[in-house]
Amino acid sequence: MKPVRSMVLVSSDPESIQKGAQEVFQRLQQEVQAFGLEEEIAAAMVGDVGRHDAIPLLIVYPEAVIYGPVKPDDVRFLVEEHLLKGRIAAGLQAPARELSGRIAWLSARKGTLPAEQRIVLERAGLIDPEDIEDYIAHNGYEAVGRALSEMTPAEVIEEITRSGLRGRGGAGFPTGTKWRFVAKTQSDTKYIICNADESEPGTFKDRLILEGDPHSIIEAMTLAGYAVGAHEGYIYVRGEYGLAQERLGKAIQQARQMGFLGEDIFGSGFAFDIHIHSGAGAYICGEETALIESIEGKRGEPRSRPPFPTTYGLWGKPTVVNNVETLANVPPIIRNGAAWYRRFGTSSSPGTKVYTVLGSVNVTGLIEVPMGITLREVIAIYGKGMKRGTSFKLAQTGGSSGSIIPASLQDTPMDFDSFARAGVSLGSGALLICNDDTCVVDLATVLLNFFRGESCGKCTPCRIGTERTHQILTNLSEGIGKLSDLDDLLVLADGLNQLSNCGLGQTAAAPIRDILKHFRAEVEAHVRLKVCPTGVCSMSGRQAKAA
Amino acid sequence: MTTGVKDDRDVRSVVQAAVTRHGATQEALIPVMAEVNQALGYLPAQALEEIGKSLRLPSSHLVSVASFYRMFSTQPRGRHVIQFCESAPCHVMGGRELLRALEGELGLVPGATSADGRWTLLTASCLGVCGVGPVVIVDGDIYGAVTPERVPEILARYP
Ligand SMILES: Cc1cc2nc3c(=O)[nH]c(=O)nc-3n(C[C@H](O)[C@H](O)[C@H](O)COP(=O)(O)O)c2cc1C
Repeated sequence: MKPVRSMVLVSSDPESIQKGAQEVFQRLQQEVQAFGLEEEIAAAMVGDVGRHDAIPLLIVYPEAVIYGPVKPDDVRFLVEEHLLKGRIAAGLQAPARELSGRIAWLSARKGTLPAEQRIVLERAGLIDPEDIEDYIAHNGYEAVGRALSEMTPAEVIEEITRSGLRGRGGAGFPTGTKWRFVAKTQSDTKYIICNADESEPGTFKDRLILEGDPHSIIEAMTLAGYAVGAHEGYIYVRGEYGLAQERLGKAIQQARQMGFLGEDIFGSGFAFDIHIHSGAGAYICGEETALIESIEGKRGEPRSRPPFPTTYGLWGKPTVVNNVETLANVPPIIRNGAAWYRRFGTSSSPGTKVYTVLGSVNVTGLIEVPMGITLREVIAIYGKGMKRGTSFKLAQTGGSSGSIIPASLQDTPMDFDSFARAGVSLGSGALLICNDDTCVVDLATVLLNFFRGESCGKCTPCRIGTERTHQILTNLSEGIGKLSDLDDLLVLADGLNQLSNCGLGQTAAAPIRDILKHFRAEVEAHVRLKVCPTGVCSMSGRQAKAA
Repeated sequence: MTTGVKDDRDVRSVVQAAVTRHGATQEALIPVMAEVNQALGYLPAQALEEIGKSLRLPSSHLVSVASFYRMFSTQPRGRHVIQFCESAPCHVMGGRELLRALEGELGLVPGATSADGRWTLLTASCLGVCGVGPVVIVDGDIYGAVTPERVPEILARYP
């Protein structure tokens, strides 16, 4: 890469594209040429920058000045003022108070906000994701180079094990242990699968990694392949993630050309290649055995386990399935060592976690912070507090398979073990912050409606259990519930949890148990008083009866 | 988006092109279906039959896969497909009122196609753009932070 004076990044998440990011980018290239600046200015479209209030955003480095929303007709003025004359293009800057996500991190480096810790999003938004050289210039493919030339496969697994890395796909399973299982299993063929199905409502962290730093996933999968003895990998990408698929496709192409994929990588004799498989719209395909069925060209119905994918996976071969965020941690660990990684986070859950912060806070967006931070801190520091005039009632974590966390637990450190002890779950990293206008019955109804629709229907406890619980909750919200319904809900919740074949049914009833544990009085008011205390539920069944 | 019953030759050539691109293996089934669905707007019975012949799969398998995935449809859809996200993050940002406005404006319930073939209204689980809820996608275009008042103006863009 040649040195440039300024780097200009344009946000290009789907919403930005919709609002004209493509035209802004074209105008930017034209104007840079028109002013004869093409030798000095580099420009790139960078996917989601974690901020959506003023898009399309245009960020100029190294000053990290943020402009937005930028219209195509603003571009000429902006180029002339900032890039030619070197001063701020007046009137075009994005509102300064709403700093979030990746931009908050940049501002932190300028000393204005508490720092996030960026490991997996280290490069997203900083580099041109369509340029392999930019990735290489930022330590890219260094980890795989070192591993293939200096480390044995067993040493790679050992380093990952010592780092304490745990799966970010929801279950928190130790990654080193998973890899060891597959390495141990004798087989001529093994597979690495990157789970990029990301369909948990409220979660879009994996999309940001794929759009902003696709090569990091290719590098990580190659490392995993080397460690366990696999020569082929699949990335199963959610069907709706068009831009991510396109970028991954380009990245794989470039990596093949440069010899980072293919036969004899780094002259080590090790061969590895990657295919992309697009999903077709089914939440259940994020479950690892359903995902495998789907790649094989079938309905995405989970298999019974054991055997686990580590011994019987894709086409019956030993298979590693890892989440995108989990994999994105691998190259930095190999590059900097397990001891370095353990400096972040807590002893049981080292490293960082990427969260999507949504709901009634002043600033929504994406953050990467050390494991062990509390909800209170997230709301106060990164969310910039609750929206005016509202107070914090509960948070829904980890998409639909997460928990409903009452305000009383907001000081629990967010790591795998502390959350498990408190009886809640971290899930996939969505934090839906709800204020006191939120009705817990209404929220649980919406969540169960999701599971009802997404249950694959293969096993009866899940198919019927989600349907019946949803019906009872609907009755409560219409004011026609009975007190015995609450007992029935708990019986059904136990049935779902204990009898379902996969994680979907097993966790589907978590919201029900959570609201009955933490907000029982509010639920009972719907039955005893026929009143929804927040005024959200329609209670229409009752009126219909009275009329 | 295309609609209407396809003539046999169209269907056959679309299927052949997809099979040539993705291969005639079971592993290629979902990519092939995706491409055919995209090209024809849906998967007519004849397309399933052609795919089955090329990939040597029984029709029960084809129907079971085609009916499983949300992005596939075995019925013709409207010229414009509206997807409305009904997941919790959009719901708490005013999703319910938005759905009412959409239903009212279109005179459709979720899952239905309008008599004039202009619209299909679908509810969807999370569309992955939760930062800007509530979200509506019309054809491929994403609209974020949509209020009920904006609905007529958005719909008017799709004649
Ligand atoms: C219903 C259901 C949906 C899931 N969806 C996802 C998903 O979208 N992405 C993901 O990485 N893991 C998902 N998982 C978890 C996977 O089954 C698996 O545990 C994970 O991919 C393992 O990767 P990790 O060890 O890196 O976390 C889901 C699990 C269940 C039960």
